[in-house]
Amino acid sequence: MLDADFFRRWLAAAAAAVNREADRLTELDSAIGDADHGSNLQRGFAAVTAVMEKEAPQTPGAVLTLAGRQLISTVGGASGPLYGTLLRRTGKALGDDAEVTPAQLADALRAGVAAVAQLGGAKAGDKTMIDALDPAVEALGDSTASFTAAGEAAEQGALATVPMQARKGRASYLGERSIGHQDPGATSSALLIAALAEVAG
Amino acid sequence: MRMLINVPETVVADALRGMAAAHPELSVDVENRVIVRRDAPVAGKVGLVSGGGSGHEPLHGGFVGLGMLSAACPGEVFTSPVPDQMARAAVAVDSGEGVLFIVKNYTGDVLNFDMAAELAEDEGVRVAKVLVNDDVAVTDSLYTAGRRGTGATLFVEKIAGAAAEEGAPLERVEAIGRQVNESSRSFGVALSASTTPAKGSPTFDLPSGELELGIGIHGEPGRERRPMMTSREIADFTVNAVLEDLAPTGPVLALVNGMGATPLLELYGFNAEVHRVLAERGVPVARTLVGNYVTSLDMAGCSVTLCQVDEDLLRLWDAPVQTPGLRWGR
Repeated sequence: MLDADFFRRWLAAAAAAVNREADRLTELDSAIGDADHGSNLQRGFAAVTAVMEKEAPQTPGAVLTLAGRQLISTVGGASGPLYGTLLRRTGKALGDDAEVTPAQLADALRAGVAAVAQLGGAKAGDKTMIDALDPAVEALGDSTASFTAAGEAAEQGALATVPMQARKGRASYLGERSIGHQDPGATSSALLIAALAEVAG
Repeated sequence: MRMLINVPETVVADALRGMAAAHPELSVDVENRVIVRRDAPVAGKVGLVSGGGSGHEPLHGGFVGLGMLSAACPGEVFTSPVPDQMARAAVAVDSGEGVLFIVKNYTGDVLNFDMAAELAEDEGVRVAKVLVNDDVAVTDSLYTAGRRGTGATLFVEKIAGAAAEEGAPLERVEAIGRQVNESSRSFGVALSASTTPAKGSPTFDLPSGELELGIGIHGEPGRERRPMMTSREIADFTVNAVLEDLAPTGPVLALVNGMGATPLLELYGFNAEVHRVLAERGVPVARTLVGNYVTSLDMAGCSVTLCQVDEDLLRLWDAPVQTPGLRWGR
């Protein structure tokens, strides 16, 4: 069973990963965006860490809902609403249970990813977060071991964005010139799923 | 890259403190990042709220004041503001007549303003939105996020702002904003890339002797790179690109806009070429604005925005405006 502490550790691991990889995310964003993805997510996850200490939410659902709201209020850009919606809707789907099963989390994440796809209007192959998140939630099953498979699927999904032409977000303005670069949003999405695998494993 | 800053993390807050010091007629909330007309809410007047990433100054904060915006919400550099900012601004400027959000068409701005509208409506504010999408350099709108909002934002904010100042109701102010956007087209050119404080080096690599055609205002590269052109050639290219998409049947407003690092000496020379092309194409120019208004940090280059105007829009353009970035007529 996964309790509120597990979800707080997931967010802490995600914050650490974003800190570690911030320069790389910004570098990827510089090639096909506006060179701020790393610093924006750093600011957001630092705020998430701070609000977790301050409000100490007691259920898995409350942890993710609060984290999502905090990202919406601090990140800005497209990443703020999209990542905020991912965590908020996943948290809402988990309900008020004090502990949830891996299968419940898998279902909740599927709902969260569906909400992101709807909000951003992106489909698989558009060179966005969805290209890492879709394969990740497909790999999720009813065991924590499947989280490792999800982490790997997300990483493969992020790598697979390199030959794609962007059709959503700022990279889409580049047309064919977006081909040959890894998508920064797919890359940070893979970090988030890898952090989940890390705390589960 | 040398910059006149303390540390990258505080550039936006530092600039807001400086705006507050320079402009006592504005109320600047540095912590919550909202710039509001000090006399807001003005009784009986529709509020106008805009915002976007920082780095485009004087857009938007410099256009807050009589006859233009009621409030502006600056985000981080090139990053749209968060919904809390626009919701706070909407509540601050609403006199009960409603609030118009003026939103540049970028994925982040659209998402954050949509969320802000929900928050403001929860607080009892009636919200309408105008989306600005004037950049003809984005051609394939089916496969992109759609045309970007650039220079026409100034026209929308000025003309809709004048209508609101006259006491027009929300539906009318919104309709005028839409009309201005639909009557406007822009095209931009970069002679150098911009450098964001967070990155500290140019956002794209532009070799000397080349220029980038069809750039946006966020340091993103354009659609095409060519060997350097003269002012005359750039005017031919940009004006023709705009006129391919906008076939004016009457007079236009012309914004000959600098991207931030191009001197006015060059911009005025360029404006002469722009007027030459427009005369050759038989397009009469009613008013011209030359200067750095919708910028991209320290990018060198320019954009041209044309807006076809009828008598009513021209009258609203000429109406008094008193803001840090634009002032005339009173």
